[in-house]
Order: sequence, then C-alpha cells, then structure tokens
Amino acid sequence: MISKPYIKLKNVSKVFGQNPDTVIDLVQNNIDKTELQNDYNHIIGLQNINIDIPKNKIQVFMGLSGSGKSTLIRHLNQLIRPTSGEIVVNNVNVTELNKKDLINFRRENFAMVFQKFALLPHRTVLSNTYFGLQIRGVKSPELENTAKYWIDKVGLDGFENYHPNQLSGGMQQRVGIARALANDAPILLMDEPFSALDPLIRIEMQDMLITLQKELKKTIIFITHDLDEALKLGDNIAILRDGKIIQSGTGQDIILNPYDSYISNFTAQVNRGKVIECEKVMKKLSKDAFSKVTIAKEAKLEEAVRVMISNNINEVDVVNSKKKYIGTVYLDDVMASIINPIAEP
Amino acid sequence: MSILTEFPSIDTETLRSLKKSIDAGFKNFSRNYGDNIESFFEPVRFLLIESEQFLINTPWPIIMAIIAIIAWAGSKNIKIVISVVMILLLIGYFDMWENTMKTISITFVAALLAIVFGIPIGILMAKSNFFQRVMNPVLDVMQTMPSFVYLIPVVMLLGIGKIPGLIAVVIYSIPPMIRLTNLGIRLVNQAVIEAADSYGASNTQKLIYIQIPLALPTIMAGINQTIMLALSMVVIASMIGVTGLGQPVLTAIQNQYFTLGIFNGFAIVGIAIVFDRVSQAYGKRIQESHGTINDK
Ligand SMILES: Nc1ncnc2c1ncn2[C@@H]1O[C@H](COP(=O)(O)OP(=O)(O)O)[C@@H](O)[C@H]1O
Ligand SMILES: [Mg+2]
Repeated sequence: MISKPYIKLKNVSKVFGQNPDTVIDLVQNNIDKTELQNDYNHIIGLQNINIDIPKNKIQVFMGLSGSGKSTLIRHLNQLIRPTSGEIVVNNVNVTELNKKDLINFRRENFAMVFQKFALLPHRTVLSNTYFGLQIRGVKSPELENTAKYWIDKVGLDGFENYHPNQLSGGMQQRVGIARALANDAPILLMDEPFSALDPLIRIEMQDMLITLQKELKKTIIFITHDLDEALKLGDNIAILRDGKIIQSGTGQDIILNPYDSYISNFTAQVNRGKVIECEKVMKKLSKDAFSKVTIAKEAKLEEAVRVMISNNINEVDVVNSKKKYIGTVYLDDVMASIINPIAEP
Repeated sequence: MSILTEFPSIDTETLRSLKKSIDAGFKNFSRNYGDNIESFFEPVRFLLIESEQFLINTPWPIIMAIIAIIAWAGSKNIKIVISVVMILLLIGYFDMWENTMKTISITFVAALLAIVFGIPIGILMAKSNFFQRVMNPVLDVMQTMPSFVYLIPVVMLLGIGKIPGLIAVVIYSIPPMIRLTNLGIRLVNQAVIEAADSYGASNTQKLIYIQIPLALPTIMAGINQTIMLALSMVVIASMIGVTGLGQPVLTAIQNQYFTLGIFNGFAIVGIAIVFDRVSQAYGKRIQESHGTINDK
C-alpha cells in the first residue's frame, strides 16, 4: 500500500543573492554550487529538490552545516519563498498563497521548534506555551488549560511561572515542544531541536519525542546533522548536500546501500545492530514447527543477539505480525552484519 | 582678489526683502489661522491647567504620599523612596513647593505628549526603512537647532503663554523618544520574530505581543531621556511665559540674585534626580523580568 504524499516538493530551487532570477536557469540545469558562487556571486540554498513526504511519519533531513536543511524546512511553511518550483501541503500549493491566506494556513497546519528555542523571553512558561493558541484567537480559560496540559505532558509541571532564562537548555526546549504541541497542528517542523543540548539530555528528549509521537501520530519534519539521531527517529531519511538530496529512504536502506562514498563515510561509524532488522539477515527454511523463542521481523539485530545469549542458543526463528514463521537468524550471520564494513580509503 | 577675502553673498537688498517676505507671509498665516490653531490645542491646555490645579490645590502631604507611592511602585526600592521624600521636603522647606508643582505639571504633560506622539512615530520608523531615512535628518534638526529659534514661530502663532511653551518643550524633548522606540524595535531578536511568523502571527500581533514588550526597556530609556530634556527646557521656556521653577531662575539671571538662582536651580536638579532614579529603576526591573533582551 502506497500512501498518498501529504507534503510534496516539486523541483524546488532557492538561490540567495542580488538577482536570483538571472541565474535560476543555471541552477535548474545543475550548475555546481561553488561554480555559481565564484562565477555568478549567488548562493545555492536548494537545488532541484523533489520529495514526497507521507502523513503521520517522521521524515528526517540530514546533512552537514550549510547543506540547506534550515532553508528546506522553512520552505514548507514559506518562511522562505522558493526561487522556482512548487510545494504542495495537504493538497494546497503553498507557493501561491497570498499573505493573508498564508498566515491562516500557518496557523492551521504548522507548529515549529527551533534549534535556539526562540522562546519569548518576556513571557512565562505558561504564556509561552499558549502563544500559538493566542495568535489563533483562543480565549481564556481554554488558553491556560490547554497550555497546562502540554506543560505537564513534557514534564514541566510546576514550572508554569518561570521565565525561560531561569531554565536549563533542555527545559527550554521542552517549553518549545509544549508550545508546538499546544497548537495541535498536524505538521510539526523541528529544525535541529536537540543539537544545542548535552548528549544525555539529547537522548532524553529523543525518547520523549518517540513516546509522544506514538500517541500523537503527527507528520514530523525533523532536521539533524547527527546520523544516530536520524536513524533513531526517522521513519524516512533524506540526506542533503550542497542543497541537493543525494539519497532518500529508510535508515536501513541507507546503511545497507549507501549511495556513494560521501554517505558511506557517514554510515561507517553507525551502530548497525541498532538499525538493521532481523528480516534483512534471516534465512528462509522450510519448516513449520518453530522454536519456543521467536523474534519479530522488525526487531533489530542487537535485540536478536540479546535474545540468543539470554536463552543460550545460536539461532532464533523470526515471525511476522501474525506470529507466523518466516525465517531463522543465526548468531554468526548476525555478528557478521553488525561489524562495520571497512571504510573506503 | 576681494572675492577671496569677502564671501560672495547675495546683496543686502535681496536678502532683506527675502527675510521680509517670509516673515510677512508667516505673520499673515498666523493672523488668519492663529485662532484655529489655538482651539486645536484646547484639550492640551485643559490637561495642563487641570494637572497644575490638582498638584497645587491638593494638600502637600497627599501629593508627597502619591509621589512616594509612585516611586515605590516604579522602583520597589526603599532607598529611592526615602531620597525622593527628602528632596521634596527640602524643596517645600525652602518655599519652592508651588513652583515645583508647576514645573512637574508641565514636565508631566510634555512627557505624556512626547510619549503619545513619539512611540507611534518610532514604530513607523522601525517598520519602514524609507520613513526612517526621512525622519533621521528631521530629528537631527530638532535636536541641534538652538531652542530659541523655534520658539519664534511658536510665539508668532500662539503668542506668549503656557501652550507655546509646552510645544517648544515637546519639540525639544521628543527626539530620543522616537529614536529609542525605533531602535528598541529594530533590535528585537530576529529568531523570536521568526518564531512568531511560523505560528502565523500578523504584523499587529507581532507588534503587541513581541516587539513592544521586548523594546520596552529601550523605550523606557527614551522616556527617561525625554523627561530630562523636558526639565532642562523649562528655564528657556520660562522666557515665553511658562511658569514654575524656571521663572525665578530667569529673574535671578536678570537681577544677579545668586542665591535665588542657585536654590531654584537645585530644585530643578532635585526633581530631575527623582524622575531619573525612579524611571531608571523601573526600566531595570522590566529588563530583569525579561531576562536578556537579545538572547542570541
Ligand atoms: N539569507 C541568506 N542569504 C545568503 N545565503 C544564505 C542565506 N540563508 C542561507 N544561506 C546559504 O544557504 C546555504 C544553506 O544554508 P542553511 O539552510 O542554513 O544550512 P543548514 O541549515 O543545513 O546549516 C548555506 O550555504 C548558507 O550560507
Ligand atoms: Mg540550520
């Protein structure tokens, strides 16, 4: 079953500079970013971006600093207008909206979380949280009640009357997330929301997001420069480089079939046991009666190792969601797949 | 050679007739429209007289209590409140109470007008680069033109009295209000504005919910400067009929009464200190409650 794309980008290009229209043809014809910069004094933000984003999933965009991640996410809610191309969100071509319609469209469809939090420093946690609702004209006491609900939800119960500068970075970003969720918009845009946080806090926040998403099932666009974070959160991952998408797919696809050496250099460091699923390495045997211990086909290899070791066995049967046998994984196959391939020099 | 030692100027006759015709035109204008302009300022005159009457006719302990309460509300600092009361007691003891009330009244009304006109103009400047380019030279002229010069047309239009004095004070003291409102709004962290945009805030919502509150400490600094400038103008404005502490100073200058001059001079300094400390403490308090203004 192929779900209809919820967000669609068609040949989107963005050029920064004095006169973007004069060079847009070159950009559409795949001119190199450095060439355009040196010879034409314009900067490519995005170049011929095409992607379909499904509903209710986490779509990650990953890339190094300057690869165009922030530019891309800002095209979705049109904080940045494209130089050429089309962006369709929920069947609306957002590039054609006038100013007033765009404001309404943002109110109804988007909430955004920022790398540097971008909280309102003069407001308390409570009034920061209901900012989006206030903008939409929601009145007291619904305003406060909704905000209070989400403040509890992100674990900031009791901090309602604090100001942002009295909170740690992690707590400030919880406010940022509460503000976004209070809005109840179907699409959540997150531009490197956890990049400014300490590693332990970052993991805590990732886990919170996963828990929330299980319940909320929003369409989340998540930006990161960290592959581990991308693999942990992303249902789909697109990798950006110099304003272009160079590979797009599930985390497992990217790990197992890196498109080029640029990507395989990234993936070389990854803990593959946490990404690759049992289904990928199992052998199909024709047998009916299966072992007592089984494992789901989506389970990661790390999990399979854990099961085998704790049961003191070196093979385990894999079952599908209907508990039907589909194959068997062997410890040595699993171990071989977990070891990273030797990186190309 | 004389062209180098003597600047080639237009001849005296032309210059004289030029000045004459401008002055005549202006006189005509004020003869024809002076009454209209006067009635235009009627509400301001009413405000000025009412506030002066209130300050003078209310028993002094009540006024002092009101001022002390305002000082407390603004600064939340008991030391400031005590020094405010001390200054007022000294002023009263040296028999300058009534003049001080008159000066406070005109300063208050002038500052009020400067705020009412200055803040919207400052906001417009922040919103439009074009308007900023137009306003900057105008503000430069307002601030550097010797105050006596614009007293002349004001007096020609409205004669001698409180209203022309007030207008002169407002013109002189409004530039920092405008400039700092503009600056405060322009300095608001762009990331916060972007966040507001992403949630679909309209321009008005951004102004009310974000830009004005975040610019408030800077706007408060503008109000403070405006009050200081207004106070420093009361002596000059006393030459065109503004009553208060400025008048005894003027008399003292004309008659070389040193003591009279210095007492009233100190009274002006005293209320300047009162205004300054209270408004600064207030500004500092809102700034603290905001955290940092630009937390980039
Ligand atoms: N307003 C702008 N003016 C000029 N160049 C810009 C602007 N915004 C972004 N860029 C350029 O576009 C590219 C992509 O930037 P950005 O989207 O911020 O990258 P990322 O978020 O991946 O770090 C960079 O080369 C950056 O310098
Ligand atoms: Mg970025």
